[in-house]
Amino acid sequence: MKLEELRFGTELLKRGFASMQKGGVIMDVVNAEQALIAEEAGAVAVMALERVPADIRKAGGVARMADPAIILEIMDAVSIPVMAKVRIGHFVEAQILESLGVDMIDESEVLTPADEEFHIDKRAFSVPFVCGARDLGEALRRIHEGAAMVRTKGEAGTGNVVEAVRHMRNIMGEIRALQGKTPQEITSRARDLEAPPDLLLETVKMGRLPVVNFSAGGIATPADAALMMQMGADGVFVGSGIFHSGNPERMARAIVEAVNHFDDPKVIAEVSKGLGQPMKGIDVHTLREDEVLQYRGR
Amino acid sequence: MGVRLGVLALQGDVSEHILGFERALMAIGVGDYAVVPVRRPRDLDGIRGLAIPGGESTTISRLIDKNGLRDPLVHFEGGIFATCAGMVLVADRVDDPRVRTLGLIDMAVQRNAFGRQKESFEADIEVRGLDRPYHAYFIRAPVAREVGSGVEVLAEIGAGIVAVRKGQHMALSFHPELGGDTRLHVMFLEGLGVQKG
Repeated sequence: MKLEELRFGTELLKRGFASMQKGGVIMDVVNAEQALIAEEAGAVAVMALERVPADIRKAGGVARMADPAIILEIMDAVSIPVMAKVRIGHFVEAQILESLGVDMIDESEVLTPADEEFHIDKRAFSVPFVCGARDLGEALRRIHEGAAMVRTKGEAGTGNVVEAVRHMRNIMGEIRALQGKTPQEITSRARDLEAPPDLLLETVKMGRLPVVNFSAGGIATPADAALMMQMGADGVFVGSGIFHSGNPERMARAIVEAVNHFDDPKVIAEVSKGLGQPMKGIDVHTLREDEVLQYRGR
Repeated sequence: MGVRLGVLALQGDVSEHILGFERALMAIGVGDYAVVPVRRPRDLDGIRGLAIPGGESTTISRLIDKNGLRDPLVHFEGGIFATCAGMVLVADRVDDPRVRTLGLIDMAVQRNAFGRQKESFEADIEVRGLDRPYHAYFIRAPVAREVGSGVEVLAEIGAGIVAVRKGQHMALSFHPELGGDTRLHVMFLEGLGVQKG
């Protein structure tokens, strides 16, 4: 093997990294102590943040990439992959995270967007990206830009799973509706969805998104996590749901087991016993339009 | 009676491994087979070969215990095809106390031996028993540092040992299930005595 023949940051390595996360739970953490709890509970990766989404909502103002010192502290603490968020379109924040060596970048609507026209050109990076999506068109536009993984957006920081359900059904339902259609019909539908036609054809043929698809935004209990898995998610992101609950260690372990046994109600019942208070949560309908994070980036 | 293979389906790239086995069985010319996910001890009944996929070894190790699979796997009589995290799990010793290994192959492994995701790479490597190089994908890959007697080294690169065989078991630090090249799967299945038909 010659050193000059090694290839780094290829599309397959990026998507392959995402594949290794499947069947797993990725947890939001704000310090090394929480990261260790997440790892011990069986998280496949952690998302390093300055604040979890529920606290970002409370704090208001402009939400930006976390302090690199916090991210490095978390990277030092755990052996599982560490991800971190950048603002939509903020490619310099992404360059910074790449230079720190984070394993995956989340170009996230949870932070205040830096560009209302364009997302980051993710093919220019060797680090893989995950991006949020509310429907199939949005998911395929992100994949076209180079996202190696998609997550349904849901409504972060609410502890309310209703939007996560809506977005997963949008994506899976659209793929189901296109089964059996001719290439011409699919191409025509691609125009309505504002999706690249080739990617839509590939998606319909595979019967699923061509990259790993997690669920995010409002998962607060083991039952929520299993619900998203049964709806077709490859895994889940849990943000405020763990460290805003009454007993984070137990909640974290319970959600990991619920994802592993998502189709076994007996196990989900068992792990749901005596978990204490889940995060309080917000009725999404009470949010003002400018408080709804999922409309950011499209 | 057909060939029954399994893929440990606790976490990781399970569907890729199921497809990998199916492609290899087709390449050999086996018509009557089943490849099933294994999540509980009873799923191992009648399985001749089991893949332990890539994923997070800390997570899979925890779920092996939670699902009561440690003893059944330690005493499993078929062959094991372990990739990446799987290689860590079948080893005897690992540099990380958070992972409880199965001790099926006498070797010491180092997790994430190349570093983080940005050090993940693909390259053509030489594998013993294959007539031309194998294109291998290393994703936050482990390596074996030392292997006991009776463990055959199939491939070694500058950083360490990346493929071994012991009896019916094979362990690889890279991901043959992500590419289309079935030669290593075929080598494993032939080691189990799987034949055309």
